[in-house]
Amino acid sequence: MSFLLTCPNCGPREVTDFAFGGEVTARPAGRPDRRELNAYVYFRDNVAGVQREWWLHRSGCRQWFLAERDTRTNAVAWTARPEEAPAAGGDRAA
Amino acid sequence: MRDLLRRRRMWRRRPELKPRYDVVILGGGSHGLATAYYLRRLGITDVAVLEKSYIGSGAAGRNTTILRSNYKTPEGARFYDASVKLYEGLGAELGYNLLFSQCGHLTLAHSDRAMFVMANRAEVNRLQGIDSRLIGPDEIRELVPTMYVGPDTTYPIHGALYHPPGGIIRHDAVVWAFARGADEGGAEIHPYTEVTGMEREGDRIVAVQTNRGRVAAGVVVNCTAGWSTLLCDMAGVRLPITTHVLQACVTEPVKPFLDVVIVSSQMHVYLSQSDRGEFVMGSEIEPWTTYRTRNTLNFLQDLARHALELFPQLEHARLLRAWAGLCDLTPDYSPILGRTELENFHVSAGWGTYGFKAAPIVGRTMAELVATGCTPDLIAPFSLERFYEDRLVSELAAAAVSH
Repeated sequence: MSFLLTCPNCGPREVTDFAFGGEVTARPAGRPDRRELNAYVYFRDNVAGVQREWWLHRSGCRQWFLAERDTRTNAVAWTARPEEAPAAGGDRAA
Repeated sequence: MRDLLRRRRMWRRRPELKPRYDVVILGGGSHGLATAYYLRRLGITDVAVLEKSYIGSGAAGRNTTILRSNYKTPEGARFYDASVKLYEGLGAELGYNLLFSQCGHLTLAHSDRAMFVMANRAEVNRLQGIDSRLIGPDEIRELVPTMYVGPDTTYPIHGALYHPPGGIIRHDAVVWAFARGADEGGAEIHPYTEVTGMEREGDRIVAVQTNRGRVAAGVVVNCTAGWSTLLCDMAGVRLPITTHVLQACVTEPVKPFLDVVIVSSQMHVYLSQSDRGEFVMGSEIEPWTTYRTRNTLNFLQDLARHALELFPQLEHARLLRAWAGLCDLTPDYSPILGRTELENFHVSAGWGTYGFKAAPIVGRTMAELVATGCTPDLIAPFSLERFYEDRLVSELAAAAVSH
């Protein structure tokens, strides 16, 4: 089955309402060299487990928001506007 | 007659893992087993293939069995063409009927833009000596009289890229035949053996930990498709890959009325009729990453709608099965093949939705890499290093059905 996501503005909607923005990544600090920049642009953790990720409510309010979802089960722990999201705990630095 | 009824194992059961192998291959799918088979041909037989489930349980058993080589880049077209050529001789070489029918492959174009891209692809293909050309609606009607070409359809058909050597093959048979070939040479096939960790010393992997104990390894080859990131993580190698779910389904058998493979990028559908009369149909990957292989209702609804636009005759056909598999997608829709930053840890990954059609050439080139330590020219453009250097090989227009 596909799954539901709760838009912080509009409430629960089917996942087809949303555009996936990928896992949250950490921007390289300072002035990255070419290799660091490419690693940031292309390389991903792609975890099998809880992942913090970006979503866009494309067919609704068009707001970008954050979610934490288990990629093994697609169970969504929470969704929140970026400024209201719980502090990143398990995130791995890029 | 007795011989027909006798139970014969395709490969030997191996009750014990040896403490060390020259080559340890992770993943008992088409790529892992092909690599083991071609290693045998190069005289390397101290090989173990470790598979966490049963042989061919992943993408090798879940694809829609389509083979083709009409890719967009010269690097890609050359590579997949070598694969199709190996597939042509594979049944005879392995002594196994792979039910390969080169029935032809049609990629439909529904817009001027699509016609332009197809024309471009046809030119690239022909420069590589690949039979591939643009055809118009009249020729499409002649080739596929049973398909509804329009003009009163949602997506009118302007033309198609016709690729006669493309076709379908029995995917399970490919896996079994490679397994048997590898086993006959002495390679050990270990199903239900899951890798849980790797021991790294400097730039080398010295051993892999499994649920059945520790195995020391001379060389480790990672052929685990959708799970590539997780295995590379154990080795400390990062990949530019995201894992997505791709779905497919099959109808009950109907009388044969389609003998080419039909693909439409715009309608997100590809379908073919198997030798048993079933329609095998697939769609695009889900855009979000996941490791969960479950079907979605949206997929079935969209696929059914689009398939019926092309083949209204299927209106009353019922679905037999639907299934899902994992796809390891790279940013440029080309695979990652060959060396990593580690000395003895090689990968065949990033196969997205096009891994099965590359199995034999992956096996041959990876075996050559293991045997000689040199990267074959054919796979040099697909190194992992290209992402660090931003030298992408973009197959966006030709690899994924959704583009």
